[in-house]
Amino acid sequence: MKQIGDIAAGRLSEAELAANFADVHPPLSLDEALIEASRCYFCFDAPCVQACPTGIDIPGFIRRIATGNLKGSAVKILEENIFGGSCARVCPTEILCEGACVRNTQEERPVKIGLLQRHATDWLMQRNMQPFERAQPTGKKIAVVGAGPAGLACAHRLARYGHEVVVFEAKPKPGGLNEYGVAAYKLTDGFARREVDFLLGIGGIRIEYGKTLGKDLSLGRLRQDYDAVFLGLGQAGVKALGLDEAKLAGVEDAVAFIARLRQTADKRTIAVGRRVVVIGGGNTAIDAAVQARKLGAEEVSLVYRRGPEQMSATQWEQDFAKLNGVQIRHWAAPVRLLGEAGVVSGVEFARTRLGPDGALTLTEERFTLPADMVLSAIGQVFIMPATDEVPRIEGGRIVVDADRQTSLARVFAGGDCIAGPDLTVQAVQDGKCAAEAIHRMLSGKRED
Amino acid sequence: MADLSIEFAGIRAPNPFWLASAPPTDKEYNVTRAFRAGWGGVVWKTLGEDPPIVNTASRYGAVHYNGSRMAGFNNIELISDRPVDVNLREIVAVKRAWPDRAVVVSLMVPCNEESWKRMLKRVEETGCDGVELNFGCPHGMSERGMGSAVGQVPEYVEMVTRWCKQHTRMPVIVKLTPNVTDIRAPARAAKRGGADAVSLINTVQSITGVDLDRMTPEPVVDGQGTHGGYCGPAVKPIALRMVAELARDPELKGLPISGIGGISNWRDSAEFIALGAGSVQVCTAAMHYGFRIVEEMRDGLANWMDEKGYGRISDFCGRAVRNFVNWEDLNLNYVTKARINQELCIACGLCHIACEDTSHQAIAVHRDGDRRRFEVIDAECVGCNLCMHVCPVTGCITMEPQPNGLPRLTWKHHPHNPERLEAAE
Ligand SMILES: Cc1cc2nc3c(=O)[nH]c(=O)nc-3n(C[C@H](O)[C@H](O)[C@H](O)COP(=O)(O)OP(=O)(O)OC[C@H]3O[C@@H](n4cnc5c(N)ncnc54)[C@H](O)[C@@H]3O)c2cc1C
Ligand SMILES: Cc1cc2nc3c(=O)[nH]c(=O)nc-3n(C[C@H](O)[C@H](O)[C@H](O)COP(=O)(O)O)c2cc1C
Ligand code: SF4
Repeated sequence: MKQIGDIAAGRLSEAELAANFADVHPPLSLDEALIEASRCYFCFDAPCVQACPTGIDIPGFIRRIATGNLKGSAVKILEENIFGGSCARVCPTEILCEGACVRNTQEERPVKIGLLQRHATDWLMQRNMQPFERAQPTGKKIAVVGAGPAGLACAHRLARYGHEVVVFEAKPKPGGLNEYGVAAYKLTDGFARREVDFLLGIGGIRIEYGKTLGKDLSLGRLRQDYDAVFLGLGQAGVKALGLDEAKLAGVEDAVAFIARLRQTADKRTIAVGRRVVVIGGGNTAIDAAVQARKLGAEEVSLVYRRGPEQMSATQWEQDFAKLNGVQIRHWAAPVRLLGEAGVVSGVEFARTRLGPDGALTLTEERFTLPADMVLSAIGQVFIMPATDEVPRIEGGRIVVDADRQTSLARVFAGGDCIAGPDLTVQAVQDGKCAAEAIHRMLSGKRED
Repeated sequence: MADLSIEFAGIRAPNPFWLASAPPTDKEYNVTRAFRAGWGGVVWKTLGEDPPIVNTASRYGAVHYNGSRMAGFNNIELISDRPVDVNLREIVAVKRAWPDRAVVVSLMVPCNEESWKRMLKRVEETGCDGVELNFGCPHGMSERGMGSAVGQVPEYVEMVTRWCKQHTRMPVIVKLTPNVTDIRAPARAAKRGGADAVSLINTVQSITGVDLDRMTPEPVVDGQGTHGGYCGPAVKPIALRMVAELARDPELKGLPISGIGGISNWRDSAEFIALGAGSVQVCTAAMHYGFRIVEEMRDGLANWMDEKGYGRISDFCGRAVRNFVNWEDLNLNYVTKARINQELCIACGLCHIACEDTSHQAIAVHRDGDRRRFEVIDAECVGCNLCMHVCPVTGCITMEPQPNGLPRLTWKHHPHNPERLEAAE
């Protein structure tokens, strides 16, 4: 056993890895789905619908499951959220729909909305059915930048209305963080890709890969060539620890680590430290920590500078991490990376507390955690590509109105590059709202 | 997409889903909300002569079965408790605002020709699409010689129907009470009287429960109770049978049937239509969940029709009637055996105990270590299928046909039948 720098691939067998990275929430059987569906009260003006950022008619789709109308159920879902399949798998339902379920008040056991949503959408997708037909071509062309959930949701809605959409994507694959970011055990069996193929089945959407705004394309040019532009750029940057991390091997950004894991065909090739320290308090930190454990890391600590209530990771995510053997430590901030011969060996932390003014302060108390691998997950940031025309940016995000229109005429934006919860379902809602606004704008124009 | 529109007894509607005559169709406010939600038609809450009747508090009893609320529902409500004038004015307004929807007015007046004639004239002036004669209400009105007191006497049914046909040009639908021994008798009477259609079922006389502290049948009205009319999911099987009975009666051939009783979703509706209903009516499910249930009924039925290749309601209306036969026409040489899918089996043992205690001792228990295994003893299994129904896992127990090479043999020709027919063929 290496004393430091113990980073190795293939810590677990293929079978162990397969078990570790299987679906966290396996699909419901038919009986389970029927029993679960019968638990839905079919509430009036249902709180779950209010809590879903895309406003899916949840009681409506559940009732359709109960009556064996699976197609109708899936269409209900996809009508509001074309990523209903991945949202069913990745949404933190405990703080969204299921968190609002009236059964929580009655018995602390909400209807399993996410799993029911999966039941219906799987049914449709397994039959290769297209839920919607494309309207007659309108002759309008819209450019979408970014093939993540925001961009593709926008593209799909526009294509439905008969517009022609060209999606420019910097990467060689579609899906955005569904493809590169979300934990492997949430989207198994290539689902992210299958869902994009399903969505493109509507027709009228062309994706051009390897096209980066700011490098191969300019916003000014897109505005000239297209009737409208939608920016679904996500957040390309990550916050740095600011501790000279670049100099030590074994220190990595958590998002990059997850992307490697998501992209490999064989998880035995992914190297992971024996002792891993993850720094951060959001879902990315949780995902990185849990996946490190699932790859075979012996000890994984997640260190967050504030308390459990302030973590942006939901309670369910925190419990899930603990269940998977991740040690969560609160009230500590990294102050120094330790290393030998260019290789990281540990992290020195200062204990923190809230000062009298409520501000976080470092105390004199220090401790060190030995580490072979340090994953930094203290947040992603939006970086506006350098291009000729730039919409107004505030607080590090593109400013939009309720229609997701930016300060530039005919330029809309949504998803992680605008303010709001950084969630797949929110990105979908943004893309959908922008598409509706673009459609209104373009059809209004036609009437003149 | 399948076309859901219908023409029922000359009345057109964009879909076969009508609200039955009951509180949901009691006034303009409700009916407008119902039409906005997408219902194809309504049968207005039954009108009677002024002064209006008076209702009690409470009015409803319910059977909540294993956590499922309102599996059965019971009411002791009477007909409309609002003045005729008010109702008629609202009917005019509704029909004018919703010309494409079916608006049928339900009527119940005392059993004399003048009363019916007077009422029909006023109703006809509203521009509504037809009338439904309420010969079904099993409580309150029947004691006054109306409702099921008429519906239970075929001669009265025929007489009143005839009066109505004489005094109106509107289609006349006769609503039947299930509280009779042979549903065909009042239906045939209605036909003889000239009815354009029948609708069924109205509610079944019932007591839903007894308050054992107050020693009173429910619902309790100041320490007493009365029998009411039962409806909701629990009565669907009764209603289906009655609808099918009329649909296959040669004497009633061609008489349109509006199916009512426990319909809650598209599937229930499809079943009624398959057994001969040309439209369906809903009360309890709407009272439970509101008018929005029609959305699911519409798209569920359309999706299913698309899947089956039925373009219109008439393409499958009555399709199951020819397969509804008398017991004596069933093939007694047809053999099935229960099959337990051991991979799905959760080893609860319910199939075993049901068969062992109450049927044919055809399911054996084997113990492999601490796991129990249930197996069908083919020699004992008579193919009754009780085990399939008690098994909590869908698809775990199936009944597999056992080809035996024997010809079709019905009771009519069976050697055990002392009155058997000698093989004719
Ligand atoms: C590790 C991780 C785990 C997550 N887990 C969850 C989860 O479980 N549940 C959940 O709801 N949310 C989760 N999220 C958040 C969620 O993934 C995002 O909110 C969502 O993907 C945002 O969608 P988007 O379309 O705005 O951006 P992205 O998904 O980031 O897509 C943006 C796309 O634009 C492309 N792009 C960027 N810049 C350019 C450019 N200049 N030119 C061309 N193309 C460009 C990118 O390559 C990318 O394909 C997670 C995020 C991370 C980082
Ligand atoms: C509260 C209540 C009031 C009813 N009032 C009438 C009525 O006025 N006239 C009538 O023909 N049927 C009346 N019915 C019977 C319904 O129209 C319908 O035939 C019966 O409820 C069966 O349908 P369901 O199972 O969908 O409820 C009433 C039913 C209920 C529950
Ligand atoms: S999209 Fe997400 S939040 Fe909305 S209903 Fe589905 S699982 Fe719940």
